[in-house]
Amino acid sequence: MTVIAWILEATWPACVDATRRHAPPDADIVLLHVTDPDIAQVAHGAYAGLLGRGQPRRDPGIQVQDFAAATAHKLLQDAAARLARRCTTVQRTGRVETEVIAAADGAELIVLARDGDCSHLGPHSLSHASHYIVDHAPCPVLMVWPGTPPSISTQRPPPPHPPHPPPPPPR
Amino acid sequence: MFVAASLVTAVFSLDATVVLLTPVVFATAARLGVRARPHMYACTHLSNTGSLLLPVSNLTNLLALSASGLSFVRFAGLMALPWTLAIATEYLVFRRFFTGDLHTTAAAAPMAAESAPPPWFAIATVAVTLAGFIGASAAGLNPAWAAAAGALVLTVRAALRKRTTLGTIISAADVPFLLFVLALGVVVRAVIDNGLDAALGRWIPHTTGLTELVTLAAIAAALANVINNLPAVLVLLPLTVAAGPGAVLAVLIGVNIGPNLTYTGSLATMLWRRIIHQHDHTAGLAEFTLLGVLTAPAALIVAVVALWASLHALGG
Repeated sequence: MTVIAWILEATWPACVDATRRHAPPDADIVLLHVTDPDIAQVAHGAYAGLLGRGQPRRDPGIQVQDFAAATAHKLLQDAAARLARRCTTVQRTGRVETEVIAAADGAELIVLARDGDCSHLGPHSLSHASHYIVDHAPCPVLMVWPGTPPSISTQRPPPPHPPHPPPPPPR
Repeated sequence: MFVAASLVTAVFSLDATVVLLTPVVFATAARLGVRARPHMYACTHLSNTGSLLLPVSNLTNLLALSASGLSFVRFAGLMALPWTLAIATEYLVFRRFFTGDLHTTAAAAPMAAESAPPPWFAIATVAVTLAGFIGASAAGLNPAWAAAAGALVLTVRAALRKRTTLGTIISAADVPFLLFVLALGVVVRAVIDNGLDAALGRWIPHTTGLTELVTLAAIAAALANVINNLPAVLVLLPLTVAAGPGAVLAVLIGVNIGPNLTYTGSLATMLWRRIIHQHDHTAGLAEFTLLGVLTAPAALIVAVVALWASLHALGG
């Protein structure tokens, strides 16, 4: 059985703990990190806007790219140490949600932590990427809170009922 | 982060924020274990919006300073309120746009940072240079002399400590770029004299009421997105300078905030990107553009209203 744990900045410890708790002892655990190249691209774009001031070797996009790779590596190392179980680490680059789904091909479980506004019970406790993953996952999904879940009293009241649709026209 | 990026941009220019601060912000976010995305977007946005304050904050401001007839201090005085309110507008939109990313606090202990003593000599030189801008302005001298003196002090010290070479100093002066701006000025002038002034003149307001200032800033922002902000300011200056400093400052608000609207700031920039780098990845434009649409027009209008109020309070 393959279990994919999606390692994401800030919320990863909860994801690792849940994986340790719920993955069967013989499971092949994959710690997955996806780097979004858009962030470095934003820095590239801002530099290009200078129209050539400063030398190309100072392009901050290149530095950000290098930092991002090093950060991902360190994050996966820390996650593996916290998991304290046999696992493999996978580093991917690309559109985050589609990369996670692609990595989950053939897996039997995806574990992820809520990565939105976790100060109250929904809405918006999931980012766009998490929404996409839950929606498209080819296997069961285990979703955990990154910390202590908010109390049930933080739930927002449901929106008012929409007005009744008009009656169908007589035949 | 917002305050730091705004101050770095205002004092050291947008180039410093883009080239120096952006990687530092990414590394700091990574070290603290928080998501870098909102901070990176904020850096690029504030390198534009934060560059309204001082004539030295953006090359566009420098190009317009002598034409506007404003002194260094008066420029800063009139732009202080637009700068503050434009940044505040960006802050409010960013807080809302990135609620999820900003709510997730670091779970792990931050990694230890290597600490180095602050570069006090450089900080002091920059402070004295800034004071020099004010002094030069009061004495009727060109602020370029204060800038040259500050650069000379730092260069001589670096050379004495053997931290730099003659080649590095010459390449830092970036002579090709100086020639590029000069050539750009000549080309733009020729285009203006051969019909662009008549074509654009019909759309350019010649008074400085609130509506006219907003129109002017909007035209400048649009032009900055089509042909990049440097040529845009060169095109619009001759057409607006007769209407007074208020009109010139409105153009600067437009060309400085405008590039936040589209990912690369302009079509010309996209072409430029193709020349300097062959990246195999094109960024997802949707998020950057959405953020631009949410922030740039709002910041632009708020800044122009603030400029209009400043012109009335301090006298245009």
